[in-house]
Amino acid sequence: MLATLMPAIEIHGLEKSYKTGFFGNKLKQGLKPLTLSVEEGEVFGYLGPNGAGKTTTLKLLLGLVFPSGGTARILGRDLNDIEVKRFIGFLPEQPYFYDHLTPLELLDYYARLSGVDPRERKRSVDTALARVGMTASGKTQLRKLSKGMLQRVGIAQAIVHNPKLVLLDEPMSGLDPIGRREVRDLVQELNEEGKTIFFSTHILSDAETLCDRVAVLNKGELKGVGVVADLLRQVSGEVEVVWQGAKAISALSALGARCHATGDTVRAVLPERLLEAALDALRVNHARLTRVTPVQATLEDYFLARVGEEKSAEVTA
Amino acid sequence: MIERITAIARNTFREAVRDRVLYNLILFALLIVGSSLLVGQISVAVDRIVLVNLGLTAISFFGIVIAIFIGIGLVSKEIEKRTLYTVLAARPVRRWEFITGKFLGLVMTLLVNALAMSAGFFAAVAFVSHGLGHGDLQLVTAIYFILLQYVLITALALLFSTFSSPLFSSIFAFATFAIGTFAEDLRGFAQMASGLPRWLMTGAAYLMPNFAALNVISEVAHNTAVQPRLILLNTLYVLVYTAALLTASVWIFERRNLK
Amino acid sequence: MTRDSQIQTSCALLLTLLLAASITLVYQIDRVRADEPLQEVLYLPSPTVVKRLSLGYSGLLADIYWTRVVQYFGAKHKAKAKQYLILEPLLDMTTSLDPKLLPAYQFGSVFLAQKPPEGAGNPVAAAQLVEKGIRENPTAWRLYYDLGYIYWLELKNPRKAAEAFERGSHVPGAHPWMKVMAAALEAHAGETETAIYMWTNILNSTDDANLRANAINRLRCLRVDSEVKILQDRIDQFTKQRGRLPSGWEELISAGLLHRTPIDPKDNPYQLVSGRVQVAQPELFPFIRQGLPPGKEAGDILGQEGFKVVKTQ
Ligand SMILES: Nc1ncnc2c1ncn2[C@@H]1O[C@H](COP(=O)(O)OP(=O)(O)OP(=O)(O)O)[C@@H](O)[C@H]1O
Ligand SMILES: [Mg+2]
Repeated sequence: MLATLMPAIEIHGLEKSYKTGFFGNKLKQGLKPLTLSVEEGEVFGYLGPNGAGKTTTLKLLLGLVFPSGGTARILGRDLNDIEVKRFIGFLPEQPYFYDHLTPLELLDYYARLSGVDPRERKRSVDTALARVGMTASGKTQLRKLSKGMLQRVGIAQAIVHNPKLVLLDEPMSGLDPIGRREVRDLVQELNEEGKTIFFSTHILSDAETLCDRVAVLNKGELKGVGVVADLLRQVSGEVEVVWQGAKAISALSALGARCHATGDTVRAVLPERLLEAALDALRVNHARLTRVTPVQATLEDYFLARVGEEKSAEVTA
Repeated sequence: MIERITAIARNTFREAVRDRVLYNLILFALLIVGSSLLVGQISVAVDRIVLVNLGLTAISFFGIVIAIFIGIGLVSKEIEKRTLYTVLAARPVRRWEFITGKFLGLVMTLLVNALAMSAGFFAAVAFVSHGLGHGDLQLVTAIYFILLQYVLITALALLFSTFSSPLFSSIFAFATFAIGTFAEDLRGFAQMASGLPRWLMTGAAYLMPNFAALNVISEVAHNTAVQPRLILLNTLYVLVYTAALLTASVWIFERRNLK
Repeated sequence: MTRDSQIQTSCALLLTLLLAASITLVYQIDRVRADEPLQEVLYLPSPTVVKRLSLGYSGLLADIYWTRVVQYFGAKHKAKAKQYLILEPLLDMTTSLDPKLLPAYQFGSVFLAQKPPEGAGNPVAAAQLVEKGIRENPTAWRLYYDLGYIYWLELKNPRKAAEAFERGSHVPGAHPWMKVMAAALEAHAGETETAIYMWTNILNSTDDANLRANAINRLRCLRVDSEVKILQDRIDQFTKQRGRLPSGWEELISAGLLHRTPIDPKDNPYQLVSGRVQVAQPELFPFIRQGLPPGKEAGDILGQEGFKVVKTQ
């Protein structure tokens, strides 16, 4: 669902330098000047490896830390306008709650703070809890819940007041595969209700299946932003070539292909632009071509290309 | 605004009430009140004096320990545990509302504690002097002053909690309490100096929380009446000074980046 | 950012206002508490208990009690009190907490001993306090001096006073005038001269404002005593020469017995009433023995029963 009435989030040159060092005398740029806008009704993925500045961006948007420069507007209003927060839901990274409360009490507390109509409150709380599948644990003290259950409570508190814009900082972390699918479904459901979703993640497959658009961030700097399909087109594709005849291996290796032989069957992956040369080489070596298939580019490819090889280990881990 | 402040206060109260440490402290205070009965038995003539001194000191001391103990964590713990994110980030809660709510919640908690401890104390007094008399109204004044002490110390702990870790906050709070207890003597010290030091010391001594005038335990133990004017002035003072401490807390907290 | 600076300014303003108000209130509270009578009967715990409770910070606590001593004395003295009920226990507390606090002994030696309203009128307790000081600080020769002073001027016991000065003069580093004092007392030298000598020494050897003011007061009174004696001599001389009492100072001046009208140390002329010298305002000279109006002798001014300077005439 893509509506472009007005941007839900408009970020203009927003930046943040943290004071570090013992005397706060050193500056660390957590976020370099960032310009970005998220349309209403979008599911927007905010990608980046650890330390990229995702959480920093969210904290700036929510007024938890103050920007070193730049401006941002949420739902068309200034960041300092506290009334706009009635329409925002937020799931912090590794959420922690008052562990003396039960999920029901906690959500009731948050609903009060968000100014939910007292007559609606009980229903809102129950609905939110049901949507994350936590109704059964509604009366267990939070300190007795597992990490994944807490994450669900966290999502429930982000939607208990029926916000228009939901900001989620790594909503999938700590969830088992079933939980992750449930959250994906929930995000889609919320989006279908017309809510704008902005979530940060470094799990790329989730972003790929869910997002209309994504932004990629690295070391505090925006590396690219756009519709997922468009971004993928930018990464040059690769092809997989399979043939019979080990003799051709050396010729193709010379072209730069990575070859794996299984008996007489050889499989090589090489950039699309080298395909012609590869086919020529096979012909010259009298190899029998079995098949040529394009390798589907993924967000991960884009991500790796943008973020650079040195980060790959951390991100894919 | 009011709903949000009450919600925060209520949650703070609930958190404190569900903490087991609190009950241990109250129990301990009541034990001391009880034990003063035994001490009183030994020295016949002064049983009521001993009971009043020991009992009121216990109520004052344990309340202050609780106030500091919980107060120092009021803000810093929420920052550290990041529970604050879910309150301030995406809710229409102003930071000063948060501070006020937290403060009121803890004051409520202490009020209830004081009621519990005072009930035990009055029961002991009634036991010793075979019933309560008109003269025991002075004891109510002393307890009222103790409550005022709680309010001050809570606001102090809260202030420290907005910029410092719980450990340091507790040290600061206890130190300020100790200094405040000797505030009158400090002003005396200042009088003995001269020149610039005198000015500086006098200023500092007047700015310290004036806990000295809030302790009338030994007076009421000896059945001397507390002047009504002092009750009025102390009430006003605590209100004004607490407001100042809360303003300072808000001032600091408004500018704080929440890590 | 304007919203931010708005909050800053309003917080700063409000804070200043509230603190100013709180200071005013503290001032008021201090005043209410200062004239509370209950401070007098305030239950004073025993020094041993306080010392144990001070958890090793007895030095600091002693300083606090020392300020209380000074404050208490100051307030009472200003109000011309007839009693200083807790001066002795306060001093005892202070010196128990810090036995080396010499100023406290010296303060006690003077203000515990002197008669009200200039002190607590308890020279025995003062002597005990200083004896305690000597036990704790045997090498502080000044304490012997203070003890000698109490015995001589307050307890009227020149023998014990001379003994104290004598003991003190053997302490290494003792000032030579310790020996002088001992000798003067042995020789029963003129009381007034010795007293002037003594108070001058006290004045010159202390920085304590209370002690200095007291010493100056004492010296003034001693001057009155010696001046009245001289004037009385001249009047007697005149009476002998003319066979009648002088009607005023002018007669003495024209007779060549005086140069001018005599003025007391507070700049008032001495009064000449039926052949007797009197000071104009006796309340300005709390320690004088001479020059008091008839019926207003020392004992009455000081409100002390049973102590009357009997005038012969
Ligand atoms: N409070 C802080 N003080 C100093 N530096 C900080 C602070 N918070 C974040 N940073 C720095 O800012 C950069 C961005 O951090 P941020 O938390 O925004 O990353 P992130 O993208 O959320 O990473 P992750 O995926 O690990 O959550 C990091 O280099 C981090 O070290
Ligand atoms: Mg993060």
